[in-house]
Amino acid sequence: MAVKVKIPSPLQRLTEGKEEVEGKPGTVIGLLNDLEAKFPGIGERLSEGGKIRRFVNIYVNEEDIRFLKAEQTEVKDGDEVSIVPAIAGGCEPPREGVANLLFVENH
Amino acid sequence: MGYVTGLKCRECGRDYAVEPVYVCEFCFGPLEVVYDYKGIKKVLTKKNIEKREQNLWRYKELLPIDGEPQVGLESGCTPLLKAENLAKELGVNELYIKDDTVVHPTLSFKDRVVAVALTKAKEFGFDTVACASTGNLAQAVSAHGARAGFKRFIFIPATLEPSKIVASLVYEPNLLAVDGSYDDVNRLCSEIANKYKWAFVNINIRPFYAEGSKTQGFEIAEQLGWKAPDNIVVPCASGSLLTKIWKSFKEFKEIGIIKELPTKLFGAQATGCSPIAAAMKQGTDVIRPVKPDTVAKSLAIGNPADGFYALQAMRESGGYAEDVSDREIIDAIKLLAKTEGVFAETAGGVTLACAKKLIETGKISRDESIVLCITGNGLKTQEALSGHMASVHHIKANLASFEDVLKGLKT
Repeated sequence: MAVKVKIPSPLQRLTEGKEEVEGKPGTVIGLLNDLEAKFPGIGERLSEGGKIRRFVNIYVNEEDIRFLKAEQTEVKDGDEVSIVPAIAGGCEPPREGVANLLFVENH
Repeated sequence: MGYVTGLKCRECGRDYAVEPVYVCEFCFGPLEVVYDYKGIKKVLTKKNIEKREQNLWRYKELLPIDGEPQVGLESGCTPLLKAENLAKELGVNELYIKDDTVVHPTLSFKDRVVAVALTKAKEFGFDTVACASTGNLAQAVSAHGARAGFKRFIFIPATLEPSKIVASLVYEPNLLAVDGSYDDVNRLCSEIANKYKWAFVNINIRPFYAEGSKTQGFEIAEQLGWKAPDNIVVPCASGSLLTKIWKSFKEFKEIGIIKELPTKLFGAQATGCSPIAAAMKQGTDVIRPVKPDTVAKSLAIGNPADGFYALQAMRESGGYAEDVSDREIIDAIKLLAKTEGVFAETAGGVTLACAKKLIETGKISRDESIVLCITGNGLKTQEALSGHMASVHHIKANLASFEDVLKGLKT
């Protein structure tokens, strides 16, 4: 059992249309680098110089990695990693977990 | 007509055609509408605007539509009140309230953005509009969509307060109460938006929808006699409204409608959710997300994706950001109501309370003009005030009982 990585639709062209792929346990940044080896092009879209791009949100088991150890957050077998475009905006606070910013009540 | 030349990624500059897309495929940056300002300058003059109807479409060349406006023909053109009582209270010379508590039809600035979003949805040929929301947006999409003849799908968390459900349900959209948190609603909508060809106003119509916020800035400049204010205080959730107001003033300058742009922009947040104000105060452009805990729910975005641009706009203009406690927010709602007769929702309390602080700390000069953006009606968030109100006087139905109370009142 590997790490489950959920791929957002804009990137599914690079994953042969797959919505979910397997990732390598270790750190988040290590996992992204490993994805780049399997699906060339995906890594540079998500990170630059070892840092996650400003408009990319990454969740490990539904927790924003910026509340964890950011790029160095550990991921292990069975964990679920979600990659979400942080399109401008936000929402009222969810009752649990972090605000997911795909949808917006923005001012 | 139509002066939009395309869409462009704000981060990496890649160009995109005018389509219902919202995020740069390459870097996930937000897409921004690009206009032909030279062409607009030839047709959009003060004289032409003044001849037009009193609604937000009087600036239509600067809005991202190709044909004529189709939705929200009665929206916008809200009052800019000269707030003399409040000015006296705050010790300033020239204070205005941009009163978006009265936008047609659902009493918040969301009526502006939805007017633009649904006109664009018609142009794209959609017959169904949708959104995920727990508040103002749900109501605006439900109401505007009803009049415009759209099928409507509104997604809310099942645990939403009954009053908020009624305020959307009365327009008879397909209201889907989803078992789970708001987060779960969002994740579901993301999948639905991929599968069904609907206009999700704040997803695939987003670059167009967000442009509607500029009309608040255009109106302020027009109502001040074609000039931008010295200071403007704007509530920040994602930071989009502040960013778009800055864009509106810059566009008016670009096409020669205003001559000067002296405006300093100030962002207002609740301390319980103040990632933008915190970054401003720390002098960084890195926004650290927070978990919101504030009475101002319409501003409770812990991870504001336009925060970076809002900071940029505030810094470029020489402004600042401030944050205030829940207590200060409630007090400010009451102050605005008792001085100017305007009942604002919690976001309005945030704006006024922050303005007060910015004036007291000298960040805003007392002898310059100040505009406060009040973005939604207090009738929507009445529960925020429970336990904080003056009490009513209960009397018997006779004169003596009335006069007993009267004697005890300060007059």
